[in-house]
Amino acid sequence: MTTKTINSIDRRRVVNMIMTSLTAVCAVFAIAVLVAILGYIGVRGISSLSIEFLTDTPKPVGEGGGIGNSILGSAIMTLLAAFLGLPVGIAAGVYLAEFGRNWFGNTVRFVADTLIGVPSIIIGIFVYTLVVLPMGRQSGFAGGLALAIIMIPIVARTTEEMISLVPNSMREGALALGAPQWRVTWNIVLPAAASGIATGAMLAIARVTGETAPLLFTALNSRFYNYYLDQPMSSLTVQIYNYATGPFEVEHAMAWAATLLLVGLILVINILVRFFTRKKF
Amino acid sequence: MESKISVKNLDFFYGSNQALYDISLEIPEREVIAFIGPSGCGKSTFLRTLNRMNDTIAIARVDGSVVIDGRNIYAPGTDVVALRRKVGMVFQKSNPFPKSIFENVAYGIRINGIHSNKADLEERVEKALRNAALWDEVKDRLNSSAFGLSGGQQQRLCIARALAVQPEVVLMDEPASALDPIATQKIEELVVELKRDYTIVIVTHNMQQAARVSDRTAFFMLGKLVEFNPTQKMFTNPDEKLTEDYITGRFG
Ligand SMILES: Nc1ncnc2c1ncn2[C@@H]1O[C@H](COP(=O)(O)OP(=O)(O)O)[C@@H](O)[C@H]1O
Ligand SMILES: [Mg+2]
Repeated sequence: MTTKTINSIDRRRVVNMIMTSLTAVCAVFAIAVLVAILGYIGVRGISSLSIEFLTDTPKPVGEGGGIGNSILGSAIMTLLAAFLGLPVGIAAGVYLAEFGRNWFGNTVRFVADTLIGVPSIIIGIFVYTLVVLPMGRQSGFAGGLALAIIMIPIVARTTEEMISLVPNSMREGALALGAPQWRVTWNIVLPAAASGIATGAMLAIARVTGETAPLLFTALNSRFYNYYLDQPMSSLTVQIYNYATGPFEVEHAMAWAATLLLVGLILVINILVRFFTRKKF
Repeated sequence: MESKISVKNLDFFYGSNQALYDISLEIPEREVIAFIGPSGCGKSTFLRTLNRMNDTIAIARVDGSVVIDGRNIYAPGTDVVALRRKVGMVFQKSNPFPKSIFENVAYGIRINGIHSNKADLEERVEKALRNAALWDEVKDRLNSSAFGLSGGQQQRLCIARALAVQPEVVLMDEPASALDPIATQKIEELVVELKRDYTIVIVTHNMQQAARVSDRTAFFMLGKLVEFNPTQKMFTNPDEKLTEDYITGRFG
C-alpha cells in the first residue's frame, strides 16, 4: 500500500516534469520563430532604409525611389477607417453590452462574429462591387471603407467585452441616485471601460494596418503623393506586394525595408496598447 | 401616526420562484428599522422593492403595494427616477465610481440638477461628506481617486453620495458586512446620527448590530415576515417562538 502510494507520487512527478518541459519547449519554439522573423526582417530591411527611401515616390528600377506616398496613403486610409469604423464599432459594442440581451442583440452578435471570420479579401470584393464599380475607379475612400468594415465587428466585440467587465454594482450605484439609464451608460460605464475600449481600438487599427488583399481591389496603388480620396491610393502593404513580386533584386530590398517599417509601426501600436492597459484603476 | 412607508400584501417573484410572501409592514418616519433573518430569506429582495431597484431584473415581478408618503410606488406612471432620489440606497459592497472623491459625491447632485452654481455644488458636497463623518479624512484630497480610500471610507463615501441628493429614506443592505470592527462601529454611530433627518432601513446579519442601532426590527424567514416589533421587545420578549430561537442562536 505504502509503496504503491510512493510509486504513484513518483509517477506524478515524472509526468509533471515531462509536461512542464514540453510546454516550455513549445513556448521557446514560438518565441524563436517570432525572433527569427523579426531578426531576418531587420537584417534584410535595415540596409535600404534612408530618409530618401521614406520620403521619395517610386521610380523606375535602378533610379532609387521610395515609399513616401505609400506611408501617406496607409496613414490616410487607416485614419479614414478609424474615423468611420471606431464610432460605429464602439456604439454597436455599447448597445450589445447594455441593451443587447434580446433577439436583435443576439443577431447582431452572430453577424459580427461571422464577419470577423470572413477572409478580408471578401470584404475587398464587397466594397469593389459596392463602391469601385459604380465610381468607375479604385480610390482611397474605397480602401478606407474596406478597412473600416473589417474594423467594425472587431471593435464592437471587444467593446462589448470591456463594458461587460464593468461591475454591475457600479451601474446600480448610479441608478440608485436617480440616474436614467443613458446617463449611467454615458457617465459611469463608458469611462470605467475607456482604457479597455481604447486598447481594442488600437489593436483593430494595428490589424488593418497590415491588410493587403482588400486594398488591392479597392485602393489599388499609385506612384504619386495623393491626398485625394476619390483617386487610387498607395499603401505600404500593396507597395510591399509590388516590390516583392517584381523581378529585380533592388525591388526585393525595398520590399524588405518597407516590411521593416510596417512591422515597426505595428510593434509601436502594440507597445502603446500595453501602456494603455497598464494604467488602470 | 402616519407611516412613511406602508407595505401591503407584497408578493415578489423571480420568474416562477416566489421570494416574498404576503409582506405587510409600516415604517414610521425618522426611525431606524432593521431587517434580520437567515441568508436567502429575502431581506435584500424586500429592501430593493422599496426603491424599485428590482426593476433592473428582467424576470422580477411584484404584487401588492408599497405606499411612500401616501403614493403607491408601483402605480402606473410612477417616476422611478424621482422615487430613487427620495429613497436612496447604500449597497453591501461599497461601489464608488471610478472618479475622484469629489465627483463621486457631486454625481447625484449634478444629474438631478440640484445645485444652483459651482459654489453651491461644493457646499453640498462638503455637507454630505460631513454628514457621512468623512469630511475631515478626505478634505485635503478631494480630487484623488475614490479607490485610494480604505474599505470603511469607501462605504462612508457611498453614504455621502446617497445623502447628497437629499433623500428622505436611506436603504442600507448590510453596509458593514465587509468592514473591520472599527469601521463597522463608525457606520453604526453614523446610522444612529442620521436618524434625526432620515428614515433608515438597514439589513444586517449581525443581531447585536440590529439591537444597537434600530428602533424596530423585522425578522424574515423563507420569504415571510415572521415578526415586526420594537427592537427592545424583539430582543427581550418576542411574540414568536421562531424569533426567540433565531435570536438566541438556536438555528443558523
Ligand atoms: N437576481 C435574482 N434572480 C433570481 N433569484 C434571486 C435573485 N436574487 C435573489 N434571488 C433569490 O431570492 C431569494 C432571496 O434572496 P435575497 O433577497 O438576496 O436574500 P437575503 O438578502 O436575505 O440573503 C434567494 O433564494 C435567492 O436565491
Ligand atoms: Mg442580502
